[in-house]
Amino acid sequence: MNQANPLILGIESSCDETGVGLVHGVELLTNTVSSSMEEHVRFGGVIPEIASRAHLDAFVPTLEQALADAGVALADVDAIAVTSGPGLAGALMVGVSAAKALALATGKPLYAINHLVAHVGVGLLDESIAAASTAGKLPENLGALLVSGGHTEILRVRSIASDVELLGATIDDAAGEAFDKVARLLGLSYPGGPAIDRLAREGNPKAIRFPRGLSVPKYMGTAEAPGPHRYDFSFSGLKTAVARCVEGYEARGEDVPVADVAASFQEAVMDVVTAKAVLACRENGITTLLLGGGVAANSRLRELARKRCEAAGIALLVPKLSLCTDNGAMVAALGAQLVMNGVAPSNLAFAPDSSMPVGSISL
Amino acid sequence: MRILTIDTSAVASAALLSFDGTAASAAPARVEAEFATADTRTHAEVLAPGIRSLFTDPVAEGPALDAIVVGVGPGPFTGLRSGIAMARTLAFTWQVPLHGLMSLEALAWDVLALRQAAQGPAGRPAGEFVVATDARRKEVYWARFSGTGELLEGPVVGPAADLRDVPVHGAGAGLYAAELAGNGCTVDPATAGLQPTAASLGHMASGRIRAGIELPGSAPLYLRESDAKVPGPRKRALL
Ligand SMILES: [Zn+2]
Repeated sequence: MNQANPLILGIESSCDETGVGLVHGVELLTNTVSSSMEEHVRFGGVIPEIASRAHLDAFVPTLEQALADAGVALADVDAIAVTSGPGLAGALMVGVSAAKALALATGKPLYAINHLVAHVGVGLLDESIAAASTAGKLPENLGALLVSGGHTEILRVRSIASDVELLGATIDDAAGEAFDKVARLLGLSYPGGPAIDRLAREGNPKAIRFPRGLSVPKYMGTAEAPGPHRYDFSFSGLKTAVARCVEGYEARGEDVPVADVAASFQEAVMDVVTAKAVLACRENGITTLLLGGGVAANSRLRELARKRCEAAGIALLVPKLSLCTDNGAMVAALGAQLVMNGVAPSNLAFAPDSSMPVGSISL
Repeated sequence: MRILTIDTSAVASAALLSFDGTAASAAPARVEAEFATADTRTHAEVLAPGIRSLFTDPVAEGPALDAIVVGVGPGPFTGLRSGIAMARTLAFTWQVPLHGLMSLEALAWDVLALRQAAQGPAGRPAGEFVVATDARRKEVYWARFSGTGELLEGPVVGPAADLRDVPVHGAGAGLYAAELAGNGCTVDPATAGLQPTAASLGHMASGRIRAGIELPGSAPLYLRESDAKVPGPRKRALL
């Protein structure tokens, strides 16, 4: 095996994207994704069983496509990496079973890796980030803000291969999930993120003051005596507040100012997300913040994160969107780091872990 | 011929079988190696090591297989998919033909083998029978076979109480023995704990391959929809 510059095949199936990526060290060869998103539209959210069925049928064709696009044969691959969690249990099971089959059939080592940490590792593949950092390394004093339909977290990354810590996370819904639910409430299409982002541009973000979850002193505490949820998020109260607001207009027989509601809701989410991320950075010596997850596509999140990071003297890194959303290349990128750092491969007997903690980078 | 069979419709199991593939041969397939778990909930952990243990060198022996046959259920979805995902990926990597076979066929083979052992090869084939496995939610997956092992009806998912006046075999029969007996069904204690296994599936498959009968593909037999409901009109203050 080429440990210095390994060729890694990465597999992702934690939610509704079936991803297969090939990475050579920190060089992206291919990033092939098959999404079942369309099948979830009529339900207004990801249905785990439908996603799992789609993964089963998409896996081999996606693998075949990725190998063809990269011009790589399975025999050339040094190791296989797969998302073993966190994610939807039934969906994870498909990717993990397929990855185990690949490892068994080829005799290659297999790495069962953490999806959240992979969202950070993908930064190594991004050209603009690579240009801004030392060759093949992530910046020192790195933090990450991950925002998607399945998760919302703040991480501290001391070493991508060996030391990642969870600073904060949502205690209920993911931010992207709140967007989907509010979109449905406003009669917008699924996925809710792009629909609300678009509509919000026509609305006034200050029209309605929606609550910022877990922002009051009893949850925040102080830097010296942190409260129980200083860096944590909650979006279920916000969701209910939006519903009450919409019902209020309806009860009064008034038209719902959907653009204002969308803009004000989006502002509430992005305000609290960026404020807490920057706070976590300042209080933990983090000087570079990497943005990841599908909600990184949101224009207000990018704008607010840029402004607040700049004011706090924090460098903001945003990988290109195809690397921010769930994909196999991010799994391969983290797998490559594990190989380069001499981390032992996983035993074929591991089980996927739908709530795999961030501190567990690989199994 | 040498085939690898996998079934995860109930327990996790795999087997390597070799047999004379010519139509004239009547010699039964030989199970070279097999593994099967006792429980129905550890597929993710045990399946890959279990398959690897069947081979001396899977990397060298895999591409030389004549086929992979996977049980396509019915069975609980997540476990079922782990076997099919495994089989599809092995077949792709080794470039070996892949076939599916309804998992309850494995139980039918066991019932026929037990009947033959009891009666001797010259014994008159007994009548129709049903095999059943646990479908959870107070239901069973079942299929009805002729005394010669021909699939007559199914696979079906439904309450065991729907079955009447027929011998019922398999773990699904054991779970609902009292209800079945009340409906005129007979439950044989010797088969009331049986689960489909890859070895028995392989026996059924080898017979079909030898007879030149084409086996189906590897699409899973879910029999149930995903349970997802298209959301109705919004409820007040409840999202
Ligand atoms: Zn993700």
